[in-house]
Amino acid sequence: MALLIRGGCIVDPTQGIHEVGDIWIDKGRIHRIVLPSRGDSAAAPGPKDEVIEAKGLTVIPGIVDMHVHLREPGYEYKETIATGTRAAAAGGVTTVACMANTKPANDQGAVCQFILAKAQKEGVVRVRPIGAISRGLEGAELAEIGELKESGAVAISDDGRPVADSLLMRRAMEYARTFGLPVISHCEDPHLAANGVMNEGLVSLELGLRGIPRIAEEVMVARDLLLAEWTGCRLHIAHVSSAGSVRLIREAKERGVAVTAEVTPHHLILTDEAVRRWDTNTKVNPPLRSPKDVEALHQGLADGTLDAIATDHAPHGRVDKEVEYELAAFGISGLETLLGLSLMLVHQGTLSLEDWVRKVSCNPAKILNIPGGTLKPGVPADLTIINMERSWRVDPEAFFSKGRNTPFHGWTLRGKAVMTFIGGRKVFHESEGILATTDASVCL
Amino acid sequence: MDRVAQKGWWRKDLLGIQDLSREEIEIILDTAESFKEISTREIKKVPTLRGKTIVHLFYEPSTRTRTSFEIAAKRLSADAVNISVSTSSVVKGETLLDTARNLQAMELDVLVIRHAAAGTPHMLAEVLPASVINAGDGFREHPTQALLDMLTVRERRGTLEGLRLTIVGDIAHSRVARSNIYGFRTMGAKVRVVGPATMIPVGVEELGVEVFYDLKEGIREADVIMMLRIQKERLQGAFFPSEREYARFFGLTLEALKEARPDVLIMHPGPMNRGVEIAPEVADGPYSVILDQVTNGVAVRMAVLYLLTGGARIGVAH
Repeated sequence: MALLIRGGCIVDPTQGIHEVGDIWIDKGRIHRIVLPSRGDSAAAPGPKDEVIEAKGLTVIPGIVDMHVHLREPGYEYKETIATGTRAAAAGGVTTVACMANTKPANDQGAVCQFILAKAQKEGVVRVRPIGAISRGLEGAELAEIGELKESGAVAISDDGRPVADSLLMRRAMEYARTFGLPVISHCEDPHLAANGVMNEGLVSLELGLRGIPRIAEEVMVARDLLLAEWTGCRLHIAHVSSAGSVRLIREAKERGVAVTAEVTPHHLILTDEAVRRWDTNTKVNPPLRSPKDVEALHQGLADGTLDAIATDHAPHGRVDKEVEYELAAFGISGLETLLGLSLMLVHQGTLSLEDWVRKVSCNPAKILNIPGGTLKPGVPADLTIINMERSWRVDPEAFFSKGRNTPFHGWTLRGKAVMTFIGGRKVFHESEGILATTDASVCL
Repeated sequence: MDRVAQKGWWRKDLLGIQDLSREEIEIILDTAESFKEISTREIKKVPTLRGKTIVHLFYEPSTRTRTSFEIAAKRLSADAVNISVSTSSVVKGETLLDTARNLQAMELDVLVIRHAAAGTPHMLAEVLPASVINAGDGFREHPTQALLDMLTVRERRGTLEGLRLTIVGDIAHSRVARSNIYGFRTMGAKVRVVGPATMIPVGVEELGVEVFYDLKEGIREADVIMMLRIQKERLQGAFFPSEREYARFFGLTLEALKEARPDVLIMHPGPMNRGVEIAPEVADGPYSVILDQVTNGVAVRMAVLYLLTGGARIGVAH
């Protein structure tokens, strides 16, 4: 029995496809794409075949969110692998790469294996762990990076706890290169950040909040670009937030440094003006910056300096956010708004639809060197079916994620995932909710 | 009082000076002026706020501001309760919101809050039916301090329009500086700030102030000089090298004062570090209005309590 997704607008930049057609899926894999405009003849489905009508809908390779905090093990009150992957499926995301700042930190093979085992048992989408750079994320000694890779880690990062020691970062890059792993850097000089809670500028001055200056990020972006150039390691800059960082990365790419970079939907859409409402859901690290920075991020995304859009999904419990602004936890729950928010750039004309698919799917898969990001025949059928025109209101209470911490509460977004498929299985349907958990066979 | 009532005061809370209009500031200053006389009576008490419950919730140590609020409340016959950090539930790990909800459940009318975290008064004002008065939130604002400063200058000069105010010291970490910048600018004064660049916050020019790094230049032709307290414990070594050097370049001495107008007013929100930001001869000198500030503090806080509790609206006169 095969599955036919019929009459959708298929967008797959890896094959140069952007047109209406049919997708045949067999045994969980893409079997064939039928494009009438290319003279393909549409085969009729047999009586045993399942047909999904996708007329008027857009079909893309499943979204790969390369920056997610699933919080398990250790912070299950904020999120679990079960809830986080449900949020992903509902947001049209088929693969999440999860950061190492759990408790215990994912700094050894056993933790990686635990995460993968949990994901197989309770998860809904594919989970790709990111290992720690340093033991306990303490920035002192290297974690067991070789074993992490063997256990399934696709990159290493001390996300949330930037590596302040330049020598350790150099060694980490050299060591990671040995195993062919990219290093993902959360760039923030902790001394310059100086316990700040928002962007340093006029708004922080008026609100009397300690600022995190752009240079806190840019100093470390510059350092890590130089280290990557020196060591030859593949470097990925997480959640770029400032115009200066975009410029540094653009220059490094021009000289051939092996660097890629991501940006979050919230940094593309909000500025530090949002903090004036004292909504602790606007507290995020790196902080929301100025309109000038937002403009530079849009430009960087359009000209290819920024390769990927990733959420930095950082779910928190109410107790973490319903406190004084200075005391509130950093982070935004982003998986369920990724699609709707990032499509704003397509609707505005900043990104073509193909480029958007590259940023949310093809490029992150390539950066992490994992399957996905394509609908080429033979690959597992991970795909997202989108209604580009559907308007919907963001209601955190309806989130699958335990983290209701979003500054987009009440926003009306255009574009929504209506179905999400993992290995040819429908795991999410807009009106039916979560339909299935993955099983071992589809976890690659 | 009738005049005030006619103008009408509608705000539930006093969270900062930034969002006040010139008219609103004038209402408060006029009301404060009329309250000053009460403090000179033999029996310094009027029944205006009888039956009102006021809680002073102080998460930061304070002698002057808390005492001033307490005296203001008592002179208006309100029931005032003081809660300071060491005796509160904070040590038991209760969240601020829970503390506030508990107080509200006891039917308080006004909550006066001081907190090290900016924005805390906003957070409380949003959830509490009671009036919230900001008695200092982090580096953000200290509205009653700016009001008493404005009252003090207005008494001496008749108006703030066209005056030059120079604020000297740690502007970056000062709520007093922010509130005064907003207030004096709204009232038509020109504002300068002076200090080492480490203490001048990024973007301060956008508030419409002029920045000087040289004290003598900064106070030239000034009508009012406001010296800020230097927090030695926190800042020394990081923001300036030593008290000695700070005093030398940014301390207000009789020598430096020669640059200012002969009738300049010297202010300080207290507590002073004599010999650091202000020389004793200056603090005690003829131009100093530092103790007038303290006296006016009580009047301004009486006015704010009166206006927020609806005294003007319900027409209760003292």
